[in-house]
Amino acid sequence: MNMVFRTRALTKVYDTGTVQVPALDDVDLELYAGELAVLLGPSGSGKSTLLNILGGLDHASSGQVWFRDLELSAMRDRELTRYRRDHVGFVFQFYNLIASLTARENVQLVADVARDPMPAEEALALVGLEHRLDHFPAEMSGGEQQRVAIARAIAKRPEVLLCDEPTGALDSHTGVQVLEVLRDVNDRLGTTTAVITHNAAIRQMAHRVVFFLDGRIDRVEVNANRITPAEISW
Amino acid sequence: MRALDRKLLRDFRRLWAQALAIALVLACGVAILLTTFGTYVSLEETRRAYYERNRFADVFADATRAPRWLMPEIRGIEGVRTAESRISHFAVLDVPGREGIVTAHILSLPAHGEPRLNLPVLRQGRLPHPDASDEVAVNAPFALANGLRPGDAITANLGGARRALTITGTVLSPEFIYTIGPGALMPDNETFGILWMPEIAAAAAFDMEGAFNNVTLAIVPGAREADVIDRLDTLLDPYGGLGAYGRNLQISNSFIDSELEQQKTGAMILPPIFYAISAFLVAMVIGRIVALERSEIGLLKAVGYSDLEICVHYLLLAGLIAVVGILLGWGVGTWLARALARLYAQFFDFPYLIYNLSYGAYALSGLLAVVSAALGAARSALKAARMPPAVAMAPPAPPRFNRTLLDRVLATLHPSQPTMMILRSLMRWPLRSAATSFGLALGVAVLVASGFFSSALDTLIETTFDRSNRQDAMLLFEADIPETALAEIMRLPGVLRAEGQQYQSAILRHGHREKDVGIEGRRPGSDLARIIDADGQNIDPPPHGLLLSARLADYLRVIPGDLMEVELLGGVNETHAIPVAGIVTQYIGLGAYMDLDTLNRLLRQSPRISVANLRIDDMALPDLHKVLKETPELSGLVQIDRMQASFEDTIRQNIVTMTVVYMSVAVLITVGVAYNGARIQLSERARELASLRILGFSRGEVSFILVGETMLLALIAQPFGWLLGAGIAWALAEGSTSDLYEIPLVLEPAGFAQASLVVLGAALAASLVVRRRLDRLDLVQVMKTRE
Repeated sequence: MNMVFRTRALTKVYDTGTVQVPALDDVDLELYAGELAVLLGPSGSGKSTLLNILGGLDHASSGQVWFRDLELSAMRDRELTRYRRDHVGFVFQFYNLIASLTARENVQLVADVARDPMPAEEALALVGLEHRLDHFPAEMSGGEQQRVAIARAIAKRPEVLLCDEPTGALDSHTGVQVLEVLRDVNDRLGTTTAVITHNAAIRQMAHRVVFFLDGRIDRVEVNANRITPAEISW
Repeated sequence: MRALDRKLLRDFRRLWAQALAIALVLACGVAILLTTFGTYVSLEETRRAYYERNRFADVFADATRAPRWLMPEIRGIEGVRTAESRISHFAVLDVPGREGIVTAHILSLPAHGEPRLNLPVLRQGRLPHPDASDEVAVNAPFALANGLRPGDAITANLGGARRALTITGTVLSPEFIYTIGPGALMPDNETFGILWMPEIAAAAAFDMEGAFNNVTLAIVPGAREADVIDRLDTLLDPYGGLGAYGRNLQISNSFIDSELEQQKTGAMILPPIFYAISAFLVAMVIGRIVALERSEIGLLKAVGYSDLEICVHYLLLAGLIAVVGILLGWGVGTWLARALARLYAQFFDFPYLIYNLSYGAYALSGLLAVVSAALGAARSALKAARMPPAVAMAPPAPPRFNRTLLDRVLATLHPSQPTMMILRSLMRWPLRSAATSFGLALGVAVLVASGFFSSALDTLIETTFDRSNRQDAMLLFEADIPETALAEIMRLPGVLRAEGQQYQSAILRHGHREKDVGIEGRRPGSDLARIIDADGQNIDPPPHGLLLSARLADYLRVIPGDLMEVELLGGVNETHAIPVAGIVTQYIGLGAYMDLDTLNRLLRQSPRISVANLRIDDMALPDLHKVLKETPELSGLVQIDRMQASFEDTIRQNIVTMTVVYMSVAVLITVGVAYNGARIQLSERARELASLRILGFSRGEVSFILVGETMLLALIAQPFGWLLGAGIAWALAEGSTSDLYEIPLVLEPAGFAQASLVVLGAALAASLVVRRRLDRLDLVQVMKTRE
């Protein structure tokens, strides 16, 4: 299968000045094109750190990371910016919308710097928000805000979509709607999607599940029987 | 428009109140710089062009009576390009419709062709015919003030004979841009005028055939003016030369110099203060925004915005503030400069519009505003750009509070918890607290510095008029007269008391320093014109020695007891070694005083006087004027009361305007600093303050924390503001000091108190405005907001 991400002996240690906190410890992982992978683990198990490194938001302390044949671990900040701009879509737990921009403008924000973006309206239609184009974040529910965040992530037609606890701040019902959008994007656009969660129920919609524990990969499971988000509940 | 630009505009709109507060401070800097620098440049340029086109002379000299055949020798001095001789005299005029006497300075026009130097600009009519004996041209402001037009006649007392003169035209001259009569402090075009008369007529009137008593020279570029002056003095010495001088001592020119110097001081001292405060305020606001938008910055980076784009984004926010400030500043500055130009038009007579603000002045003031805003924003913008995206996405670590020595001290005092919160916050951000306090101190300083002018004027007027020059009028004589003539003067109508004093041109030398001065000979016990010593006591010149004004002594580097070389000019030309007997207080002019008898003994003559100081019965004034118009020896009458009133009116009016401007400026600074400080505190502390409200603290108790911190900083600012203000006042006083006058540094406790009250009031008002926001705080919403 076509490999999108590959890490070798990836290690990340946070240096707080007084203590050294290991976040990732010798992680080897592959993610494949078109797959929807769920990275599961308790808080502090290192999954967000891994996602940040994969997304080019953070540097590893040692080890190597490749995105296709680009070695991210050897890139400087300027190249990483380029990489994020061209290849990666992010979805965060707290949506991180710009409060002073409308839904359409929040999506446009990304389209402005992307190479071949889709129109903001189209991206918002893909997440079912074509009727909320001109609303400000404060005028939308949490689920809607997260869908704007997803529209913003996919508007640049990224090769990978990295989602950090996308349902973490949402109730079960709204969370399911968001997961449906993610699954739909994965199915229709074939975007490689990595979803971080500590919610075990979500693993059932993934192609593969990577279990994290104490900064290491505990095990990897291939999901033989994927179910739709609608069938998930927590 | 890009979405990021839209965010920029919306952020700017949201911040309008804070942005406006900063923009107003910045606008002050821009406006003052534009006005002072712009006026400086345009005044300088206009003067330069006028001097060049109208061939303003470089060197000037007066003598008693020099033969015409001396002129080729003068022209032959090395470095002289052109030389022109003139006849120069003062005379009393009788202007139709004017009851009082008018003094005129009469200057001759060459018999052939137009003047080679100091070419008058014709405004109306024509110049007098070279052969006419009764034609004159007058300076245009004098004609205007007295309603005179070409064709009108005036009567002049020329060398003892009353003559009717016809005005053929009105002119302006580069020699008389600032026209001030003998003994006067301010231009008074109603009572002092310049008359240009054909040389033949002037020579006949003043008995100067084949002679001249005034010469002006133009020197070639690169020639040393001092050498030319030396040579000219040597040639004129036998003919009563009174000491040649350069443009720097030419009255009109030196007044413009002093005005230019003041504009320069203004441009150097005040604008930097405003630019610095603006930079600080921008730093404070942008710093807070970057802190608040931490996660947005992380997001922008995550989606691929570069560090540079993010840095530029925040710099642009500062740039927008700067743009508002610049536009406001340009508007106000243009208006101020026009107002100043109108004021100049009142005192300075230029043939063309002097107000023409250069693009350079706009560009410089604007550029400095942009630079200061950018410098203010730079630290935060760079911080935003450098923040690693993963760090930016995470909430900031809570500020670290440490137990310090102060905490231990405070613990023993048992302050309330809100007081503790205020003090800890000051300690936690010492730099910011210091900067805020400094900003407020500048507000105080600007007020102290502006209040000083009013006190300075009071002192100056008290010393100059109430204590020194107590006479009602001064009679000036064309040539010195015997002191015995005072008895005759006493018999003039309305004269209650008359005292004489003598002016003697001299050069004072000490070491390598020298100064041309007029030594005043005074009689001991004079009551009308007194000399005030450094301690404020009346003092008489001792029989041996000179009393010098402090500035003159400073210039010559002498202290009482030092021997000076005194060269008496105008005929005697002898040099004496005379000690400095004391230092006196004098704000206008560079006075040097000597006992009248001693002076005349040195001149080997019986006591003579150049001026009679008079106390007059106002009722008899019309009769007095009538007699004086017939007195040939008279060159003018200075009415001190009239002069004092016009001087005081003009200066007072300027000071009122200036005080209003400074007061507004200080309030703007204070409000800008206090409002932004309180807003940022509120933004940082909203959760904390809301928590206190939820815990049951009253609105008043919670606002105490907010208002208390601002007011505590304002209180701390006071002593620094006083010191700084005294420093600025000192710099302004120093900057305004010239040979012509000195502004005394007078700082009154009331001035300090007023400055403090205004600033504390403005700070309180600004923080109360922010307090209203606190009252409207939605407690639930604030607690829900993720920090």
